[in-house]
Amino acid sequence: MFKTLSRPRSDAVGARLAFSFDGRPLSGRAGDSVAAALLTNGVVVCRETPVSGAPRAPYCMMGVCFDCLVVIDGVGNRQGCMLPLRAGMRVETQHGRRQIEEPR
Amino acid sequence: MKALTALGQLDARYDLVVVGAGPAGLCAAGKAADLGLAVLLVDENPTPGGQIYRAVTCSPLGERALLDADYWRGAELVAQFERSPASYAARCTLWSIEADATQPDGAAFEIGLSLDGCARLIGARQLILATGAQERPFPIPGWTLPGVMSAGAAQIALKSAAIVPAGRTVLAGCGPLLYLLARQLAAAGAEIVALLDTTPRSHWLPALAALPDFLRSPYALKGLGLLAQTRRKLRCVAGVSALAAQGQGQLASVRFERGSVAQTIACDTLLLHQGVIPSVNLANAAGCAHDFNPLQHCWQPRLDGWFVSSIPGIAIAGDGAGIGGAESAALRGAIAALGVAQGLGGIDPARREREAAPLRAALGRALWGRRFLDLLYRPALQFLAPPQDETIVCRCEEVSAGQIRDAARRLRVTGPNQMKAFLRCGMGPCQGRLCGPTVVDLIAQTQGRTPAQVGYYRLRPPVKPVTLAELAALPQTEAAIAAVLR
Repeated sequence: MFKTLSRPRSDAVGARLAFSFDGRPLSGRAGDSVAAALLTNGVVVCRETPVSGAPRAPYCMMGVCFDCLVVIDGVGNRQGCMLPLRAGMRVETQHGRRQIEEPR
Repeated sequence: MKALTALGQLDARYDLVVVGAGPAGLCAAGKAADLGLAVLLVDENPTPGGQIYRAVTCSPLGERALLDADYWRGAELVAQFERSPASYAARCTLWSIEADATQPDGAAFEIGLSLDGCARLIGARQLILATGAQERPFPIPGWTLPGVMSAGAAQIALKSAAIVPAGRTVLAGCGPLLYLLARQLAAAGAEIVALLDTTPRSHWLPALAALPDFLRSPYALKGLGLLAQTRRKLRCVAGVSALAAQGQGQLASVRFERGSVAQTIACDTLLLHQGVIPSVNLANAAGCAHDFNPLQHCWQPRLDGWFVSSIPGIAIAGDGAGIGGAESAALRGAIAALGVAQGLGGIDPARREREAAPLRAALGRALWGRRFLDLLYRPALQFLAPPQDETIVCRCEEVSAGQIRDAARRLRVTGPNQMKAFLRCGMGPCQGRLCGPTVVDLIAQTQGRTPAQVGYYRLRPPVKPVTLAELAALPQTEAAIAAVLR
């Protein structure tokens, strides 16, 4: 869990963006990574491991650990800490291995 | 600077491709471009600065005093780079480097790049790898629990999103960054309930020999002041000899030992840090030779006086060449660029020497005090090779310390590559970044060998994920098609 600083922010503060996590409507900030947006919204677990189903969350926030993997707009194995949050993103817990999407 | 936003905008080949937009990469790319070379800087992040200057051009932090002046100076480095004629592709991941002797006009390398779900292969006559450093893995029981993160992660979150851990926060480990972060987070409103210092007491005596050089370094006074300040304001526990994160499904408490006394602290976030080590995956996969540095206890590439690796045409600058800090990174980037410029005929050897001389002098000064820090803060063995069998070492494949020790003892594996074949450790998406150093230390300890004798993973491209669709869509050369068609 992370919280936003209560102090005044700089001009670089982006707009609020609406997105969802496991169907829950949430709000984030343009410019934040998906992982940062999840942490700020109190999301504790973002995936379950393929090996044992153990709960995991972002660890390194710089693309090295691969523990922040989430499903974004139906596509799995996305590193939440490497992707900027976009309006309307549908983020979901990744349960185990990535499920390959059926071609539409 | 020419900002490129799609792979189609890149040229088919460049004189120099620089990988990583931290201080080393920014200085290397800018200088080489100013010296007349066709330069491309690629970086996987959306904005420049690497990790140390993460989000320096776009940080949402309003209260600038929360971060040091050293951090904000990174903006000048970016501005200097932006004044150069170099090309810059952000959000662009470099996933492979291969030697290419078939290029007709002298390009020596073929590199694989990925941006927005598309891949492309382009040519580069020379490369400077400036991929920097990563946190040293800190395997303790329970370190995979949600709520446990690296100290660097919290600093990235502060710089790039202006957020701090909510609830009770414990910092644990050793090294200057731990104290710096504690002060930054506390000032930003985080509730730091304790700082658990694992600096081995026995290291103070040998470190004292290097103290004089440390005291005349620019960061000695700052460091000592920081230490004193933090100790006054926060609960600091020194001489911590064991750590464990506890909880069901998420972090609930930290158990630590200090001598014969054990204590448990309830907490919501645990931030771990025991120094940084060079990120070696790209250089390793490119074939660059690496040696084990016993003082810093990490692998680093073998380099000559101009930071050229064992592969001619590939230079490595910044913390990826060996841990030295941001200031030394910028200087090494500039020196490497001078070497490349002379090699490609842009400047003559006399000018190369003349311009490098003051940079080398400054680099020497920037590295004063390094030895003291390295001697003092080398982690204790139990934090490099976890004694508790149940500690997960390979986070991706969930391989434990006990399993690795067992394979090292019973199966007498020759090194981490054979260990990988037996246990799958190192086969996960992180490509051994979080388990490699620990696996090496566990094998070394169990078999009575040195890390240098044990060796490291043999890495291969792609060093970052790339999809089959991207690879399938790559244009193929006539030779490549002829090679598979009958």
